[in-house]
Amino acid sequence: MSLIPYILAAEGLNKSFDGFKAINDLNFSLEKGELRTVIGPNGAGKTTFLDLITGRTKPDTGTLHFEQTNDLLKMNEYEIYRLGIGRKFQTPTVYTDHTVRENLLLSLAGPRSIWHSLFGKIRKEQEERMDEILHTIKLTSRAHAKAGSLAHGQKQWLEIGMLLAQDAKLLLVDEPAAGMTDEETYRTGELLLSLAGKHTIVVIEHDMTFVRQISQGRLVTVLHQGNVLCEGPVDKVQNDERVIEVYLGRKKKAA
Amino acid sequence: MNTPLSGKMPTIALAAVALFLVVIMPALNAGGIVSDFTLNTWGKYLCYAMLGIAVDLLWGYTGLLCLAQALFFSLGGYMFGMHLMLMIGKLGQYKSDLPDFMVFLGLKELPGFWQPFYSFPFATLMVLAVPGLLAWVFGYLAFRSRIKGVYFSILTQALTYAAWLIFLSNDIITMGGNNGFTDFRTVLGADIRSPETRRILYIASAVALTLIFIGCKWLTTSRFGLIQRAIRDSENRVLFSGYSAANFKLFVFVISGMIAAVGGALYVPQVGIINPGEMATANSLEAVVWVAVGGRGTLIGPIIGAIGVNRLKSWATTEYPDYWLIILGATFVLVVLFMPKGIVGIPGQIRAIIERRKHRQTIREEDLAAANPSPEAE
Repeated sequence: MSLIPYILAAEGLNKSFDGFKAINDLNFSLEKGELRTVIGPNGAGKTTFLDLITGRTKPDTGTLHFEQTNDLLKMNEYEIYRLGIGRKFQTPTVYTDHTVRENLLLSLAGPRSIWHSLFGKIRKEQEERMDEILHTIKLTSRAHAKAGSLAHGQKQWLEIGMLLAQDAKLLLVDEPAAGMTDEETYRTGELLLSLAGKHTIVVIEHDMTFVRQISQGRLVTVLHQGNVLCEGPVDKVQNDERVIEVYLGRKKKAA
Repeated sequence: MNTPLSGKMPTIALAAVALFLVVIMPALNAGGIVSDFTLNTWGKYLCYAMLGIAVDLLWGYTGLLCLAQALFFSLGGYMFGMHLMLMIGKLGQYKSDLPDFMVFLGLKELPGFWQPFYSFPFATLMVLAVPGLLAWVFGYLAFRSRIKGVYFSILTQALTYAAWLIFLSNDIITMGGNNGFTDFRTVLGADIRSPETRRILYIASAVALTLIFIGCKWLTTSRFGLIQRAIRDSENRVLFSGYSAANFKLFVFVISGMIAAVGGALYVPQVGIINPGEMATANSLEAVVWVAVGGRGTLIGPIIGAIGVNRLKSWATTEYPDYWLIILGATFVLVVLFMPKGIVGIPGQIRAIIERRKHRQTIREEDLAAANPSPEAE
């Protein structure tokens, strides 16, 4: 195992908020090109974990490395972004007063300096890349509409499109299917599957149908009380007694 | 398209306005049609318009409600005022080489930091450098610590207040204290009170405003402008798109401070006085009202607002001097309630009302059409 280069490795992470242990001695590693689904009940620490990776909060103890050599704990949000880590938030976070295309333009990979923002020209291949992404996320006809006027599902897609524009190595996708219709959810799954391999992807999700669709025998990580409860293919995980007890069981009882 | 007036406003119309302000107004003044008083008043308005743009660049475009712009305006004025004070020479009350207030304070020689202000180019440079440096230092500290929203507004107000206290006192710095600088005589060798000099000062203000307008137009329509507005709407997303929001904010803050300072530097020779009253808290707030009234998030809005509100002020302070503050406050409240996009946004608002009417009309007609055939069907 140790021979395989991990793109992301977390060891012994701890994070408390006012005494509440959101992340509790968490160990997590991710191979390059993996599509990993993370599930867990509310308050399991899923979003906090993404906050730690992207530099939004810092852990109390532990280590967090990207591509072995980059210590994420020493970096802030935009420095971490520049390493090639992109994030889609739980609630769609797009620039509502900008057009769809402008949203993509601001996300395109490239220099982030003030100088470049003033004098940098948009290259032809960048224009083409934006057209291509617009097509992928099915928003070509809305390219010049304000992002604020999009439907909820379309905003989710636009935000995924922004991650594509960034051409991130690691995509962190927080509940992409939230608020989507079944068909939109399915298409989102297909989109994520088509990106796996080229990019490393972490998907946080609640919807088990969706998890089944995208995991397809890949590893699923179950978080509980800030710790990894178990890891394995979706069938194994769903039949694990501890998992049933803390998570799926509760859902079954409710149903 | 419901683009705001400034967005697609034909360049020709703007060029015509600029031509009117820069060339026609002074020509009419030279021809005796526009009075010296009117021209001088408009010169002041144009300086206020620069202050308005400075406020809007931060507030309307970047989401930073800054209450320190009157301070930067005053600092620009003070820097140029120092030069004007030294140009008085022996023409002052005390017939001394020192400015009058220094003689009054019992100073025997000019403080060292005053010395270089004999030079016009140096003073001009300082007009930009001193407010720019202050903005940079303050902005660096504030933005690095991620001070945002109302906390930023309060801190900028505190900064202004502290500066006001410092300038009031002659013990801390020798800048004229409570009375400030006045009694200017010459600028670049010309009599500062002559109609010709005043006309040139007016033209300089009109040209400066035009250049600032063009520069800001370019800035806000570049990709920089996109990032600026992105910071306003969703700063977190900007950070997670890899931009250092703090650096971008700092850049705008310094630019805005310098724009306000240019306005102040041109204002002082036209009104003939600068004192700490100019940086009082209320002045920064008034500039915010201009921008709200004119229309924030546009460049034409602050200009219309600054000129409009100050015309109103000129009228109100002569007709109803006791009620000016009430009128100003009421204007602000009314604008916030009924004209969220200011004067510039009115055409858009009217269009929206008409469209809503039309929409309702078509629905009513459809309802009627749906209701009418039914009896026949029965």
